[in-house]
Amino acid sequence: MSVKKNRVHSPWGGFFFVLPSILAMAVFVYGMIGYTFRESLTNRTNAWETEIKFVGLTNYRDLLVDPEFTHALSNLLKFTIVFMIGCLLSGLIMSLLLEKGIKGEGFFRSTYLYPMAISFIAMGTSWRWLMDSARDADATGLNYLLQKIGLGFLQSDWYTSEAGSMYAMSLPAIWQMAGYVMALFLAGFRGIPDDLREAARVDGASEFKIYRHILFPQLSPTFLTVLIILGHISMKVFDLIFGIATKSYVTKVLAIYMWQVIFDFQNYAAGAAIAIVILLMIAVAVIPYLLYVNKTEEANK
Amino acid sequence: MSSDLASRVERKVDVHNKKKLDGVGQFWLVFRYFALTILFVIAALPIYIMVINSVKGITGVTQSAAFIPPTKLDFSAWGPTWDQLKVPMGRTLFFVLQSSIISAVIGAINGFVFAKWRFRGSTAIFTTFLFGMFIPYQAIMIPLTMFNQWAGIGGSIYVLVFAHVIYGIPICTLIFRNYYAAIPNELIEAARVDGAGMVRIFRTIFLPLSIPGFVVVLIWQFTSAWNDFLFAIFLTGGSPDLAVATTALNFITGSGNQVYYGNNMTASLIVSIPTLLVYLFLGRYFLRGLLSGSLKG
Repeated sequence: MSVKKNRVHSPWGGFFFVLPSILAMAVFVYGMIGYTFRESLTNRTNAWETEIKFVGLTNYRDLLVDPEFTHALSNLLKFTIVFMIGCLLSGLIMSLLLEKGIKGEGFFRSTYLYPMAISFIAMGTSWRWLMDSARDADATGLNYLLQKIGLGFLQSDWYTSEAGSMYAMSLPAIWQMAGYVMALFLAGFRGIPDDLREAARVDGASEFKIYRHILFPQLSPTFLTVLIILGHISMKVFDLIFGIATKSYVTKVLAIYMWQVIFDFQNYAAGAAIAIVILLMIAVAVIPYLLYVNKTEEANK
Repeated sequence: MSSDLASRVERKVDVHNKKKLDGVGQFWLVFRYFALTILFVIAALPIYIMVINSVKGITGVTQSAAFIPPTKLDFSAWGPTWDQLKVPMGRTLFFVLQSSIISAVIGAINGFVFAKWRFRGSTAIFTTFLFGMFIPYQAIMIPLTMFNQWAGIGGSIYVLVFAHVIYGIPICTLIFRNYYAAIPNELIEAARVDGAGMVRIFRTIFLPLSIPGFVVVLIWQFTSAWNDFLFAIFLTGGSPDLAVATTALNFITGSGNQVYYGNNMTASLIVSIPTLLVYLFLGRYFLRGLLSGSLKG
């Protein structure tokens, strides 16, 4: 089908119908990002201040030597690593268990995905209780459960200890997102033509080899998508941590710290600088990805 | 693309018509069910905790019995919790319905243009829209607050209608674009021959076919706006007059009240019920919305 035929009548007619949205995106996405960046170069402390000065990159330089910021950044990186690996593995395992089809598949799939439909603030209540740090006789939640099943030595301080906090915090995040990753991998597996497997089987390849050499290589676009999605969600993580531990020091990440800097410390410009840092960390991964998607779209046209 | 993704996920794999399993095959089948069941228990645990502890009364949650269902149901935590939540939840419903419907209409128009009424540069413009899906909203929150004041909607619930409509444009456009892309161009050609313009083609041919697309977008926008916390807490400034479901819940379960687990679990459950019901009955459409956000696969 040719694109040309779509244009016979009024080639710019469509443009006018999307113009309001184009303007909205230009102002509220790109314009406002620009504005936030500009603010990050000033010394503004609150929204009402009228005498503001441009101070260049001072706010960014200050962040680099701000121990709270570097603490939040290293927390975020720890969280991201465990969250991404955990989600990838558990989503992949779920999809491997289901991809060949099994009775009751729909039921399992729906239960693995329901966490995506609930707010982090609501689930935070359950997880806060599950990850209560009391031990032994005082234990509740997971620590109690671990004792009951004879794994008492695994009892943990969960998100309250400096050392393990971010690893503990990634548990509810993995719990929430693993089903999503499962769905993406299931779609990936089931998009591979059955003939490929059949042919390999006829050639006498073992099931393990079929996965290793035939199915997994076909899944590389899915892997890329999963990494981008998990990565950008992780960089922005806010509700989940706020819902469980509010602004606790040991679980502080960039989004939480930005909130504090703006509302508690009344430093708008520094808050804007943190927001721009989060944006940049996302953009370095997402922009190349979008360009790649755009290129394949153009090629398919 | 993405409607394909969802139907691939749901593709029925024939499990009845296989040859009889040998010993190894049977072992793997048992192993798979065992693993699936363990994963089921883990997935269900947090909501199970919430449900059983919401029917033990306000103070009836004891440490050692927390994993065990109560012997008799005590709904005494529900009344007072509902009294605290009904106004914010009503307010949430009010704004979420508006923002979802407006988003769906905008998404349908944009999606149609980007799928079937392209113009020079439309793919590039569409890509710049998509970037809006990934941005951290922190990066626009400060100017957005100022804009709301300037536009005179600051201090009203319309700040949230506006935010969810504007920042919902990318995902809603994407969902409809994918949906319309799957409709054959021949339909347009045929209508063209009869002298119909694009606007009429959209109204008389595409819109009547769009019900599933609308359901996907409405559910997606409903769920994400209902569960949203970031916009709510930033844009309403924590004002009790503008409390919505998530901010009211956060206020109830916040740090000072963490000991009242019966109360907190009940409040969390009540706030989750609307989106859980939608998921329960319209999960297929939720899955479509979810996978649309993934662009490729």
